[in-house]
Formats: sequence, C-alpha cells, structure tokens
Amino acid sequence: MLMKTVKDKGRKLVNQQLTNKNDTGADIMVIAAILGIGAIFSLYVAARAVDPMMEVHALVFLGAFLIGAFALVSHVSSSKEAPQGAYETGVVKAGVFASMFWGVAGFLVGVIIAFQLAFPDLLYFEGAPWTNFGRLRPLHTSAVIFAFGGNVLIATSFYVVQRTCRARLAGGLAPWFVFWGYQLFIVIAATGYLMGVTQSKEYAEPEWYADLWLTIVWVVYLLVFLGTIWKRKEPHIYVANWFYLSFIVTIAMLHIVNNLAVPVSLTGSKSYSLFAGVQDALTQWWYGHNAVGFFLTTGFLAIMYYFIPKRVNRPVYSYRLSIVHFWSLIFIYIWAGPHHLHYTALPEWAQTLGMTFSVMLLMPSWGGMINGLMTLSGAWDKLRTDPVLRIMVVSLAFYGMSTFEGSLMSVRAVNSLSHYTDWTIGHVHAGALGWVSYISFGALYCLATWLWNRKSLYSNALVEWHFWISTMGIVLYISSMWVAGITQGLMWRAYNEFGFLEHSFVETVEAMHIPFIIRATGGTMFLIGALIMAYNIWRTARGDVRTGEKSLMDESSSQAARPVPAE
Amino acid sequence: MSDKDIDEHSGVDTTGHEWDGIKELNNPLPRWWVIVFYITIIWSVVYWVLMPSWPGITGYLKGTRNHSERENVTVQMAALDAERAESTQRLIAAPSLEAIESDPALHQFAMAAGASLFGDNCATCHGAGGQGFKGYPNLNDDAWLWGGSLDQIKHTITVGRRSLHPETTNTLMMAYGRDGLLTRDQINDLVDYVSFISGQAEETEAATRAAPLFASQCASCHGADGTGDQIQGAPNLTDAIWLFGGDRATLYETLWNGRAGVMPAWDERLSEEEIIALSVYVHSLGGGE
Repeated sequence: MLMKTVKDKGRKLVNQQLTNKNDTGADIMVIAAILGIGAIFSLYVAARAVDPMMEVHALVFLGAFLIGAFALVSHVSSSKEAPQGAYETGVVKAGVFASMFWGVAGFLVGVIIAFQLAFPDLLYFEGAPWTNFGRLRPLHTSAVIFAFGGNVLIATSFYVVQRTCRARLAGGLAPWFVFWGYQLFIVIAATGYLMGVTQSKEYAEPEWYADLWLTIVWVVYLLVFLGTIWKRKEPHIYVANWFYLSFIVTIAMLHIVNNLAVPVSLTGSKSYSLFAGVQDALTQWWYGHNAVGFFLTTGFLAIMYYFIPKRVNRPVYSYRLSIVHFWSLIFIYIWAGPHHLHYTALPEWAQTLGMTFSVMLLMPSWGGMINGLMTLSGAWDKLRTDPVLRIMVVSLAFYGMSTFEGSLMSVRAVNSLSHYTDWTIGHVHAGALGWVSYISFGALYCLATWLWNRKSLYSNALVEWHFWISTMGIVLYISSMWVAGITQGLMWRAYNEFGFLEHSFVETVEAMHIPFIIRATGGTMFLIGALIMAYNIWRTARGDVRTGEKSLMDESSSQAARPVPAE
Repeated sequence: MSDKDIDEHSGVDTTGHEWDGIKELNNPLPRWWVIVFYITIIWSVVYWVLMPSWPGITGYLKGTRNHSERENVTVQMAALDAERAESTQRLIAAPSLEAIESDPALHQFAMAAGASLFGDNCATCHGAGGQGFKGYPNLNDDAWLWGGSLDQIKHTITVGRRSLHPETTNTLMMAYGRDGLLTRDQINDLVDYVSFISGQAEETEAATRAAPLFASQCASCHGADGTGDQIQGAPNLTDAIWLFGGDRATLYETLWNGRAGVMPAWDERLSEEEIIALSVYVHSLGGGE
C-alpha cells in the first residue's frame, strides 16, 4: 500500500533526523540564572515585604526557586543524556495530569460558588473572607481557564508541534521550565485570590509580580514553540501550529498591555493600572474578549485540527477553508471587545465597530466547525463505537452554537436585554463546558492511550458515563441560565403605567433562586463526569483494562501510537 | 504535482502534504459559507453608513441617521419628566400629606413612585416587603421608634437617624457594661426586669431589685413604665416587638454594648417629590398612624 511505504519512510526519517544534537547547555545556564536571580530577589522581598500577602508570595516564590535549583543540580549531576532521538513525552504526560488536577479543582470551586449563589449564607464565616463568593469566583474562572485550559493547551501544543514538525521539542530543559513555571504562576494567582490580592481586572486579577513571572514563562514557551517549528523536518507548517502560534503570540500581547501597571512598592503586592476610566474598560475588554478569542478559541481549534483528523484517520476537509477562516478569524476577533461595553460611557462609534465585527466573526468561527465536522465524512460510523470521538463532535456542535449565540448577543438590541444577566453566564458556559472542556476531554482521552502506548482506555463504558452525565449537566446549566437571564432582563426593563420600575433589584434576585439551584445541579453533574474521567485516565496511564470490556478502538489508538520513533 | 494524491472515499485530491499521517483535502470553500460571510460584511458596511462608526483624527463618522444614544436617553428622560410633571407638581403643592391620600388619582401615582423608590433604596435594609431584619425596623407593624404619622415618616426619611444630617437625632442606647456604668450583676438584674415588664417572665427577686435601677438609669428615655419615647427614638419595652431580640442573651448584649442603629439621610439623594411619594408608600405598608 502506498500509505504504508510513506509511513515507513517517514519513520526512518524521524529516526535519522531527530538524533541531531540540539543541546549546548545554554538551556541549563539560562534556567539556572532565572532561578538564582529569582531566589535572591524573593528573599529580599520576603525580608522587607510591606504587606503580609507579599511576604507569603515571596516565600512561595523562594521555595519554588530553591526546589527548581535543586532539581536542576540533580539533573546535571546525574548527567543522564536525554534520549535525543525520541519525542519529548515526559512533559506532555505531566501536562495531562496537571490538566486533570486543575480541571477537577476548578470545576469543584465552580460548583461551590454556584451553590453560594443559590444559598448566599453558604460558607459565610465571619473572619474567614477567603470562603466568600468574591474571593472564590476569580479562583474558579482562573482555575478553569488558565490552570485547566492553559495546561491542556501547553501539553497538547508540545505534543502536536513535535509530531507535525517531526522534530523533538527545542530548548532542552526549557519545556520543563515552561511547565513548572506555569504551575508556579497558577499557585501564586490562586493563593492571591484567596488572600484578596487582586488588581480587579476580570481574568487578569493577578498582581504585577505574578504578571511579570508569567511573562518570563510565556516568552520561553514561545521560544520553545518557535524553535521546534524552526527545526522542523516537514516542508510546510501544519494548520494546528498556526492556531497554536496565534494563541501564544496574541496572549503575550494582550497580557502585557492589559497588565501595564505601576507597583506602589517593589516589596508590596499592590499596583495601579496605567489606564483609567473608559480607556481602562476598553483595554480590559479588548483583553477579556480576546482571551476568549485567542486562548479559548484559536488554541482549542488547534487541538481540534490535530486530534479529530487523527482520531478518525481521515484527511482534513478543506485546506482552503482552514486558511481563509484562520486569517479572517484572527483579523476580525481582535476588534470584537467593545461589545462588552454596549450602552456605557464608551463612545458609540466604538460600540458599533465592536458589534459589526462580532457579527462578521460568525462565519470565520464556523469555518472551524465545518472543517472539523466535514472531516468526519467517510467515518461517521465511528460515532457509534467511539465515545471519545462523540465527545469531540459534540464539542464542535457546542462551539457552533455558542459562537452563533455570541454574535447574536453582540447586537445592541439583543444586548440591551441580555447584558448583565445570567444569559451571559449561560453563553460563556455553553462555550466553556461544551466546547473548550469537551475538545480538551477528547484530546486528553486520546493522549492517555497514545502517550502511554495503551491499546485502549481503561474503560470505554466509563467514557460513556462521563459523556452522558456531563452532557445532561451542560444542558441543565445553559437552559436554566437562559431562563434566568431572560427573566432578569425582562424584569429589569418592566415599567408600570407611570414609567416607574415594576420590580426592585432584590425581587429579580429572588426570582433566580430556582434557576440557580438547577444550574448548580448541572455543574455538579459536570464535576462528577470529570471525576469519572480522571479515574479513567489514571487507570489507563497505569496500564489497566477494566475486566469484561473489549477494546473498540484498537485501530485508531495503534495507528496513533505508530509515530513514536524507536531508539 | 504530476501524480495527484486522490482521497479514495471522496474522490477529492489532497494538497500533497502530510503531517504525522494527517492530509488535507483540496475542497473549495463551502458556497453557503462564503455567501453568508459576504452578507455579514455587507450588513456591517450598511450599518457603518447609517450609524456612528469609524473614527478619524478629530471626530468620527456620524452616520446618515445621526444617531446618538446619549441624546436619545436625554430626550426620553425629559419626555418622562414632562409626562409626570403635573402629578409631581401636585405632590409638592398638596396642602398636606394626608390630602394626597384622600385624592385617589394622586395617591395611586404616589404609591407607584413610592413602591419603585422603596425597592431601589430601602429594600436592601428593610426587606423587599418592608418586613425588616434584625436591627432594621419592620415597617408593616404598629411599632414606631420615631413615630408613624405621615409627617414623622417624611422627617425620618429626610434627615435620617444618627446620620450625618445636621437635623438628625443622635440619641442612643449607652454601653452600660462596656463603659463601666453598671456592673454585671446590675445588668443581669435589669435583664430580669425587662423580661418581666415585657411579659416574658415572672417577676423574680432580681427584677424587684432592679426596679429602682430602671427608674434611675432607663426611665428617662424608655419612660417610667418602659413604654418608650418616640421623641428620643426609645423603643417600647413592654410590647413583644424587638428590634434586636428580646431573649436574655440579646438583652444582655444590648445593655452591655449599647445600640445605635443608623439610617442615612435621603434628602441629598432623593428629590422632594420622591421623599413625599416614599412617605405615602411607607405609611400605607400597614402600620401608618
């Protein structure tokens, strides 16, 4: 078979070319310098901290740098040469575990705050502000977006860029620095929220020092990714890598601009933003909406562009569509932020641009859905037998639905009803639970078998359970939020015959009680599904197969396991 | 590409590239996709022409409809004010607040305005139905700290209680225990006494012992018989209605730490006619005198 010889040739090439030495020790020196300077600086800050939060964080940094230095020294002294010929899989495996850990943690906090909204007295302790909704809410959003989503993106990007470039990850130990540096950022951000450290920018709450640390980590991430593409053995760059690259580059830009701030003191946690008033609001939502665009959309489209064709073993539907929708998506998305500020102090012309670009965004968004779904043509039958594929296909359906909903809600007339209501929360979760989490779950299930060379998952039945429990959870979540949001919107705009408001705000809060309980129930179901998944992934990594289950996916998983170059 | 790589299932050629076993078909853009994309672009261009859109150096395109949301809001608010002008004038011109209640049309207007204002401004503390919470008086019952007539209610709303307003009343329940005015034993005796006069307990020895103490320390505000004094905002201690609670522990806490609940003055935030409407509404909640 032609296919067969091409694959064999490819494998030989991989073995040949991956053995090129790429390490000169520079990676170790740079990491050692970062850890050393960081440790000295954290020690200084810990000693002279002007507020207790800063002291805690400086000590966390110091501990992390010392552990890092210890790990580095033991790595160097063991002088074990990394197997240069193979793909780097260790950091991807670590990423799978980190993703599951933060995912479950983030979903759990989400369930807690959902119940707090339904029952406001829940976990309210005088003198214990860290259990308050106000502290836990950013913990939830950041845990699911940046800790769960970010780890999935870093892990899958490290996996995909190696395979599609036929090159080992660049930078020697740098990928591990990215992995652990990112976890450190998560810990600093999360503990900061609980202690009340925040710069009050949604999805950009961490203070200046956490932002600086993330910038260092992110630049190394970019260099690792670019370095791997640079030494690729394929003539062209695969579409998934364009999407990953647009995600990494744009997030760097958004992060730096929105977090421009002046610290009050180098040894204090507080800083003041460079922007104020409506400029601050616009910068914030330029950042906020493009975090949705370039973190939660292009990054996860990259996952889709690798894992779906790989899983169904079919070619991508249309190369041209992938190019056109990629460039139109990234060009148009960056304009859409002002739709978060309809009917505010933001000048109307900016609102118009935000709205019209959001409407033009619909087809570029759908391009990814079409390309993903049409890739299944010729393999639709696999949906019956492969629950992992079903999760990924449902994710595309939710992606299509929530991007349509997003364009609709950006229209000013619709927004006048939906803005500030729970409809927005429902919309976000249709995207976050349905699209982002589901495509991540699909990729993680794939990686569990591919990374550990398993013939199948520990249990496909458990994937079915995960799929049905969490899908029903999502449906409960978003439908209750539609009801809640539209009820709120209508109650807020109800006037009596004299033009006075019909309802007080607190009455609209009371009306939310039942929808909030339904929402919390849906969220709990989603969490249960994720716990089932974590168990399944863990058993798969250990190499167990549930008794009585027959592998349904031998074909796709063994096909996927193929490209691992043997030493 | 001399020999095209054709996909067996669809019969479409691929682009000839392969990454880790993934190929790409050379399918054209879906026609409907392109058409809808163009429609959204055309719609946007039309919208830009009609509405305020692209910025320049010194201004922005105003759009052919010359639309301004800011102006629309101003116009609509002015129209609403004009529509209500007659009723608000009559509210202010009314000879007395009682006169408003006896004019059905005006009363209806005042009640609608008052209900809306109450929900936005008062419900946070007094509850959506005015039922009150611990430390925040119930406005539905007949117990009034400062008086429940229309004029008294209006005065309370206007200047607040223990607020920053110069005309407010600043009397308060003193912290007899904390400030060392009375001993623990004396306070315990007084708790017995208050429990007795409020009908919650039998007269005890301690209650009898506390009677002269009550007369010297408490009666100046709460009255010799403990029925309170609305001039000073001193609660009636003989009814079964409690602002903070009538159980022994709460009574002890009240005596030990004192009480000084605050209601802000609303005259800076609400207009004259709004305060009038609110007074009529609160008066009607059930306990108006």
